[in-house]
Amino acid sequence: MTPESSAVPIDVSTAGGGGNVPPAAAAFVRRGSKTKWNVGDFVFKHMTMLFALGVLSLVFLMGYEMYAGSALTISKFGWNFLATSTWDPVRDEYGALPLIFGTLLSSFLALLIALPLSIGVAIFLSELAPRWLERPFSFLVELLAAIPSIVYGLWGIFVLVPWLRQNLQPWLASHFGSLPFFKGPAYGFGMLAAALILAVMVLPIIASISRDVLQAIPNLQREAALGLGATRWESTKIILSTAKSGILGATLLGLGRAVGETMAVTMVIGNRSEISASLFSPAYSMASVIANEFAEATSKMYTSALIEVAFVLFVLTIVLNALARLIVWSVTRRFKTT
Amino acid sequence: MTTNEKLYFFWRKTKNNAMLLFSLACLLIAVTPLVLIFSYTLIQGISALNLDFFIQMPKPVGETGGGMANAIVGTGILIGLGALFGLPVGIMAGIYLAEYGDNPFAATTRFLADVLSGIPSIVVGVVAYIIVVLPMKHFSALAGGVALAILMIPTVTRTTEEMIRLVPQSYREAGLAIGIPRWKTTLRIILPTALKGITTGILLAIARAAGETAPLLFTALGNRFWSTAIDQPIGSLTVFIYDYSKAPFEDWIRQAWGAAFVLIALIFLLSVIFRIVTRSRYAEH
Amino acid sequence: MRSIDLAPNSERKVMDVSSGSPSPAIQAALPAKMVAKNVDAFFGKTQALRSVSLEVATNRVLAIIGPSGCGKSTFLRCLNRMHEVAGGTMKGRVMLDGESIMEIDAVNLRRRVGMVFQKPNPFPTMSIFDNVAAGLRFNGHHNRKHLAEVVERCLRQAALWDEVKDSLGKSGMSISGGQQQRLCIARTLAVNPEVVLMDEPASALDPLSTAKIEELIYELKANYTIVIVTHNMQQAARVSDMTAFFYLGELIEIGETKRIFTTPDKRQTEDYITGRFG
Repeated sequence: MTPESSAVPIDVSTAGGGGNVPPAAAAFVRRGSKTKWNVGDFVFKHMTMLFALGVLSLVFLMGYEMYAGSALTISKFGWNFLATSTWDPVRDEYGALPLIFGTLLSSFLALLIALPLSIGVAIFLSELAPRWLERPFSFLVELLAAIPSIVYGLWGIFVLVPWLRQNLQPWLASHFGSLPFFKGPAYGFGMLAAALILAVMVLPIIASISRDVLQAIPNLQREAALGLGATRWESTKIILSTAKSGILGATLLGLGRAVGETMAVTMVIGNRSEISASLFSPAYSMASVIANEFAEATSKMYTSALIEVAFVLFVLTIVLNALARLIVWSVTRRFKTT
Repeated sequence: MTTNEKLYFFWRKTKNNAMLLFSLACLLIAVTPLVLIFSYTLIQGISALNLDFFIQMPKPVGETGGGMANAIVGTGILIGLGALFGLPVGIMAGIYLAEYGDNPFAATTRFLADVLSGIPSIVVGVVAYIIVVLPMKHFSALAGGVALAILMIPTVTRTTEEMIRLVPQSYREAGLAIGIPRWKTTLRIILPTALKGITTGILLAIARAAGETAPLLFTALGNRFWSTAIDQPIGSLTVFIYDYSKAPFEDWIRQAWGAAFVLIALIFLLSVIFRIVTRSRYAEH
Repeated sequence: MRSIDLAPNSERKVMDVSSGSPSPAIQAALPAKMVAKNVDAFFGKTQALRSVSLEVATNRVLAIIGPSGCGKSTFLRCLNRMHEVAGGTMKGRVMLDGESIMEIDAVNLRRRVGMVFQKPNPFPTMSIFDNVAAGLRFNGHHNRKHLAEVVERCLRQAALWDEVKDSLGKSGMSISGGQQQRLCIARTLAVNPEVVLMDEPASALDPLSTAKIEELIYELKANYTIVIVTHNMQQAARVSDMTAFFYLGELIEIGETKRIFTTPDKRQTEDYITGRFG
């Protein structure tokens, strides 16, 4: 749409042809404006593009800085960094295996607990709940995701851990104590506490995204099943199988969040760098070691080791997130056109 | 129906009802921690909330009373810095994605912004350490601000993009039709229309940044004394909670709960507002 | 291919051996398969149907015609209680073989009263075989041989067997739109319904597929009672025995197709049929 040249003055009073133009716009119509807009548009477009470029490059910048920052330990330990178990700042010996173990185990356990619950929540909200019930409860579930990690941690220390120490752990020990998972003294703090609190934090993410995925599936499929004489549950089973990959994506996103969780985990996991089969024993996670030790890291090697841990965490979450987004994206996209 | 069929039908119905109950139970189990945490924080924290809490400085170790004035101000300064660096970037990037965003570059940016939002905040803190603390050779509010800025950017970008996309195409066409250059249309017509939604999105991003602890632990570090200098360590509400939670003093722990309550009350309030504003927007369009 | 004939039944002998259905005289003595009495249907506060009363004759095809938005689909969905699935409410009575459908469990009702939708909707994650067998599996039939028999029979009835018999394992979505719709018909037939409701089954299809489906309907009539909603009057004329004309949520007129299309009673019917509106 080319603006009028200066030969034809624009009458402001009738501009817009009858009320489509917001009143604010009328003030900017200039009489006899020339085609100077080329420059303005060009500048604006490229200025905004520059910022977008900034956002895009942020990820690469971060990766680069961390990779460079861990140069010392990368050259000293190489891949062994990920495979050895000694974390000894005094002798500058760093092996991140217990940290990786702690992070992964607590996250997987959290998923184990949260996944069935999340799918149950998603099914209820998407398929079974009446609309007036679904809205407020969806909101409540999303609110869970908004609670800051530190508050979860606080609650973890003063409510969850004592409950574990006094109630759940003794119960587990007396009933299943023969299993290697429930051996050892019941501190309260430890892998179990971390897994439980992570489960609570991860559940709203998986549930909300799964609900979105289910709701994106067109009603036509539900009608096909119900019209055939299926019960609600039988119809839901069919919908779930269509939503499979989307729910997988949601799970990966939840896993990504669990892996990176810092404060809540740090406050309840016990902060001891060792690998053990028992859920009762204290453990350590990658995020926790950084939170606890970074500010006090004395030597360059120490700092480099911690930066390398951060880098591993970075790569891990990027892979999980990228994978998850691609999957979720492709599923909801498939149905957007219908 | 034969008896066999009747029995099987009954079995199907039972499964159906069992599933209904199970999923309802899941929902109730899911919502329970929310209720527990909120009510526990409320009960524990409300007793610590008085005027002193908001305007006094922390008392020396062992003495009861005192407040977290410096922490409140510290959080304010930190999110101020974060907003200063993060909002322009996020909003401009969001405008680009919404107005000019139908190309592979934009798609990649969008994707990476989403990926960025999934990076743990502690990792962002490490990056802020590397690029601010190391060159400056000491911890500072600036470093904390940079970390929070990076955390805000993905949310602000996506929200801005989405809110601008919601503005009807007819507004743009109207502007162009009367000869306003495209960039002015965007700046003076589209943006103000989307402003309400964008603002609430920004507020939400700020609220979330206010709740961050991990990245501040080794960027802004913390400060028990009054400090508003940008190039010095600075206290914050969240680090305050963390430090006090580890203390053996009951009074300090009570104050930690108080601070926690202030934090989640703030976040809940903004979440509700965000929800109301975006719901009404969707209803409009 | 039958030519466009306003009165497909006019040549019927006393006992039509080829289609196996009773003659009109005997037909008239059969009780109506489904009866609607004073049916009102609502979506919240909006009333979509007003006091609709009609009878659906057994082993006959009833066509429901009318301009868009007149409530034809809503009425159809009231017959198998799908209306309530979309959040609607219904007043009045609908009976299947004399029994009120509200007394029959919805799941059972829908097995006896099947539905084919406007847009073909095979289950995307299932093969052709599994699609047809889906209804049977819901009802607990898992015997592989039994399922295979039923699947073949229904695919033959739906005139799809020859086209897919070598690719039963392929996804239900891998066939064309017309074939998908016939697949959906086969799927509906597999649970052995008594009534088949069709909501504009050919409107999303090309003319060749449409013709195949119309042929199908004519053949199914022998064993099933069919109610078909269509906005295509010629289709109604070709395929049905009885026609009901709906307008703005009300049943204006119902009668033998031949009569409706040549000498309708009501002015509105005539206007619609002659194309004055709609």
